Amino acid sequence: MNILICVKQVPDTTEIRIDPVKNTLIREGVPSILNPFDGYALEAAARIRDAHPDTRIVVVSMGLPQAKNALKECLAIAADKAYLVSDRPFGGSDTLATSYILSQAIGKIQELEGKFDAIFCGKQAIDGDTAQVGPEIAEHLGYPQVTYGLEASLEGNVLHVKKEVEEGVEILEVGLPCVVTFTKPAWDPRYPTIKRKLAAGRAEIPVLSAADLTGIDLSRAGLKGSPTKVKKTFVPQKKTGGVKIQEEHAGDSARKLFTLLGDAGII
Amino acid sequence: MEAKSRDLWVFVETSEDGRAKNVGIELLTPGRMMADKQQGSLVAVVIGWQVEEAVKTASAYGADRILVVEGEEYRHYSTDAYTHAICKLVEKYGPTSMMIGATGNGRDLGPRVSCRLGTGLTADCTALDIDGESGNVAWTRPAFGGNLMATIMCPDHRPQIGTVRPGVFKKGIPGEGKAEVIREDIHMDVSQIRTRVLELIREVNEEMVDLEGAQIIVSGGRGVGGPEGFGIIRELAQVLGGTVGASRAAVDAGWIGHAHQVGQTGKTVGPKLYIACGISGAIQHVAGMSSSDYIVAINKDPDASIFNVADFGVVGNLFEVIPVLIEEIKKAKA
Repeated sequence: MNILICVKQVPDTTEIRIDPVKNTLIREGVPSILNPFDGYALEAAARIRDAHPDTRIVVVSMGLPQAKNALKECLAIAADKAYLVSDRPFGGSDTLATSYILSQAIGKIQELEGKFDAIFCGKQAIDGDTAQVGPEIAEHLGYPQVTYGLEASLEGNVLHVKKEVEEGVEILEVGLPCVVTFTKPAWDPRYPTIKRKLAAGRAEIPVLSAADLTGIDLSRAGLKGSPTKVKKTFVPQKKTGGVKIQEEHAGDSARKLFTLLGDAGII
Repeated sequence: MEAKSRDLWVFVETSEDGRAKNVGIELLTPGRMMADKQQGSLVAVVIGWQVEEAVKTASAYGADRILVVEGEEYRHYSTDAYTHAICKLVEKYGPTSMMIGATGNGRDLGPRVSCRLGTGLTADCTALDIDGESGNVAWTRPAFGGNLMATIMCPDHRPQIGTVRPGVFKKGIPGEGKAEVIREDIHMDVSQIRTRVLELIREVNEEMVDLEGAQIIVSGGRGVGGPEGFGIIRELAQVLGGTVGASRAAVDAGWIGHAHQVGQTGKTVGPKLYIACGISGAIQHVAGMSSSDYIVAINKDPDASIFNVADFGVVGNLFEVIPVLIEEIKKAKA
């Protein structure tokens, strides 16, 4: 099986702090990481390869040159080959433009790597949280999609995907080629071995530019190819003026809370 | 595409028994305000199988018009059939804007529909308005794990589409319902649906977790200390007739199932009363519960940031505070 994983390098949003004076995001010093959900997608592909050793795993990322670090991490963990899609006209793309560029890049990579049977993505990136690029790639390519995947297995010539749904877990059958997006499974992804890490460090990562994607319509890329525009950003307002209860004995605090909730007509 | 009307559409998701899911009905509330500002009608889109109940509900909660697509192929949600039906409807009627509840299915459907229509989609909105100057929908959503809010517009493409989180808006007051109901005969052959459900494994050993519809939620975080610590949280929820929630820390530690998680990567909730026990108040958590009517925090760290959003904050050990609180509630009930 030939699997492509789409990954993104993101700031570690759990490390982001707010500048209390300027009321803006402090982005300096925030580490860049492989989007965790993309790591789960990679692990899902690696598990398919555990069962079917002839499986080949290719990763692609669109981003700035430093996104090569995230790609090298993927190579160290499980990927066989990595491509970076990077060029000035791609900057400022919203999800529709991003998914269009990636679908064009996938066409180009398939010329080099052969056709992919499945495209795996994280369900969303932790910086934008949109969960849109995966399904939009599927639509551009005309493929079926399964979102919120927990794990996938190859059964003959179809995939069985465990999908997280409101009622529990659903097992879906989907034909190939398809797009599957992954959420957090019950296990942790595997770690890279030293040997793979060294090899990844030396690996050459080809960069695909706009000129390499023959046939791409650049009016559909970047800021001008993006239907959505960010009008403003702001830091969420904090609510203040709550009542603090701190009696000497916890029981007295509890009774005071009960009285206040009763007085306010809440319970 | 060009809009053919000033109408605002709300996709009212249905369950397999033909009832409207809460979020679609919640969205009729801001939908009314926005449709009026757009000077168009508020249109509910109901797709499913035997959906009379959902149609009645959408009418009672204020839709001017209801577009109904019914068929067995829509009984169970599938990306292919639902995308097909919505895109056909949009091509025919050309609404100016459309809202979809950001449920699992809504987040699966939204990008597929917007991509097929070649228009913009704003995901997971928590505030909505119509921009006075341009008349565009101003979609506001959290990003960067809830650290930042962004207001997004889609000025040159129609329809403008957004998914909106469940629990952010409150249902209106039902009236007699005078919506005009239009049935559209749109079908997809089952053989064209490229995914097939083989099995549904319902979550076991977990009480039904309806956080989004809950009036009272009692949540536990890292301070609960372990899975057995949730015993006292459950007990408090039980005496209050509430539902048990949890922070990401507690879920990640494996103390309680993901279905209970409140926050940016869990559920967004808006109960009358939210009691946060042993939860520090990371912005990711607050993003999911700040629209609660009243917030109570119980935490032994007086500097915990949860106190910044709490209406009533108790500084103390939750294992000492909660048992007394339970006793007081039981006494009052007796």
